[in-house]
Amino acid sequence: MTRFSFLALLALTLLSAVVAVTLGPADITPNEVWSVILHHLGLFPESPVSRLRDAIVWELRLPRVLTALGVGAGLALSGTVMQAITRNPLADPYLLGLSSGAALGAVTFLLLGLALLMPLGAFLGSLGALALALVIATLLGGATPSRAILTGICISALASAATSFLIFWSATGDSYREILSWLMGSLSGSLWADAALAAAVLLLCAPLILANGRALDAFAFGDTAAASLGIDVPRLRWTLLGATALLTGIMVAIGGAIGFVGLVVPHAVRLAVGSGHRKLLPHAMLAGAIFMLWTDTAARTLFDPRELPVGVITALIGAPVFLLVLLRYRRIT
Amino acid sequence: MSLLITGLSVQKSGRPILTDVSMAAPSGRITGLLGPNGAGKSTLLAAMLGLLPAEGRITFDGHDLPNMSRRARARMLAYVEQSASTEERLTVQDVVALGRIPFEAAWQAAPSPEDADIIARAMQEAGVASFARRRFATLSGGEQQRVQLARALAQQPRLLLLDEPTSHLDIQAQLQLLTLLRRKADAGVTVLIALHDLNLAARFCDHLVVLSQGRLAASGTPPDILNPTLLRDVYGVAARLLSDETGGPPTIVYDSAIPGSAT
Repeated sequence: MTRFSFLALLALTLLSAVVAVTLGPADITPNEVWSVILHHLGLFPESPVSRLRDAIVWELRLPRVLTALGVGAGLALSGTVMQAITRNPLADPYLLGLSSGAALGAVTFLLLGLALLMPLGAFLGSLGALALALVIATLLGGATPSRAILTGICISALASAATSFLIFWSATGDSYREILSWLMGSLSGSLWADAALAAAVLLLCAPLILANGRALDAFAFGDTAAASLGIDVPRLRWTLLGATALLTGIMVAIGGAIGFVGLVVPHAVRLAVGSGHRKLLPHAMLAGAIFMLWTDTAARTLFDPRELPVGVITALIGAPVFLLVLLRYRRIT
Repeated sequence: MSLLITGLSVQKSGRPILTDVSMAAPSGRITGLLGPNGAGKSTLLAAMLGLLPAEGRITFDGHDLPNMSRRARARMLAYVEQSASTEERLTVQDVVALGRIPFEAAWQAAPSPEDADIIARAMQEAGVASFARRRFATLSGGEQQRVQLARALAQQPRLLLLDEPTSHLDIQAQLQLLTLLRRKADAGVTVLIALHDLNLAARFCDHLVVLSQGRLAASGTPPDILNPTLLRDVYGVAARLLSDETGGPPTIVYDSAIPGSAT
């Protein structure tokens, strides 16, 4: 049953990707999409479509669709891991301030002229925000879910203010607008390089996270219970939180601070497959990919020719879900 | 074949929590760990789980408990907390299955048939099989504690540690839990249980270890050590022992707290 639902979700992901590539101002059929892909993979000697249409598929839409899949998968995985390891149903890289930290790191590197190292800056930023959150949690003598969120608000506010100041200080005109749109969360202008970066970081982090699914189950009753089941709690915690900081940092470098994906997706998937992380993690990863793909497709097609930052859509969906989660878990928050 | 602790000392931020505690818990017996709040009972259990740095030796069947591999230790020793809650949507069966984690491979997709068998038997033994599909969070405190015990039994431990498992239970649930522990002890498991209720300890434990302010205050069989002097010195209460006409252990009756006595 689990295997079936996973394969079904995988098929849905592929189908969604092909359909999403056909959607947009220029009408392109699924057949054309396949032939362009096969052509570029060297299986079709001559492209059967015009060069313009070929470029729309291969240079614009396909990289963007793949980037959306990767970013969604990464953010959903991050959220699932954070919820398990902090035992906080409200945990999400965006709500805990990691995304804002990553944005600050990315903008800092960008304005220092280190555009190529921007992902590194974003990773350092999200790691810094995570470290700050953990230090504050220790000072508070343990982080309840609401304390963690309040800490996240504080870190977000601080990082956002610093980011805004940096932009105010150094950016002008076009770059100003571009940075603002990216800050709100947008996959517009995604390139093959972005898709490759997202894929690379997923290939690095996802196996590590998926291999620890059962260990995450052991956290259901807290650290001591996990330790008594043979889990090396400190090591697992630092490894997996490090992986989520890396995933969040890179995804923010690619798509800006796209919020709530790490909250909405794991909770929805939990309702379908339950809390066991051996099932939850792979399902959440695919569901996150599909969710991101369709919200981004909506972002670029709904108000064509203008483009909505996808972060606006995920927040429109995410904020009410946040409230629902809050109501459901009101006893502990 | 027993648990042996020699010269155990634990400090937390420079303050001694346990000082030079030596004790034994014989196998196939229930050993009660007694003492007022802050005496160091939970710290002693935590040291056995390797959760905090400790001086001294803790061995079980010759294994050096704090220093053996975590997984190997979890296959030998199971631990039940005072109370455990979760916000995950776990069924009783899910919770009991957690007990097989020390035996599973990382990439294993589901419990093996042998594991499923062990899980089913643990649920039978703890009397939770009839509600195996219910959500853990919806159970009563007594039921939850029996589920935790079933989880511990699924680890097939030879040493079972319990930290005040009866504190939040009603009387019937307390007796059920201890009866079950008696059955496990008779089957050869070494049971070490921290308890507050001295009458319960007198009735169910074969052997008692009393801690006071981080030091060993007394150890021996219940009739040997439970007396008004110990209760006054360790717990700071004036108490009497009333003998039971049916031949059971005497009942402790507490008369008053002794003013100014430090516990």
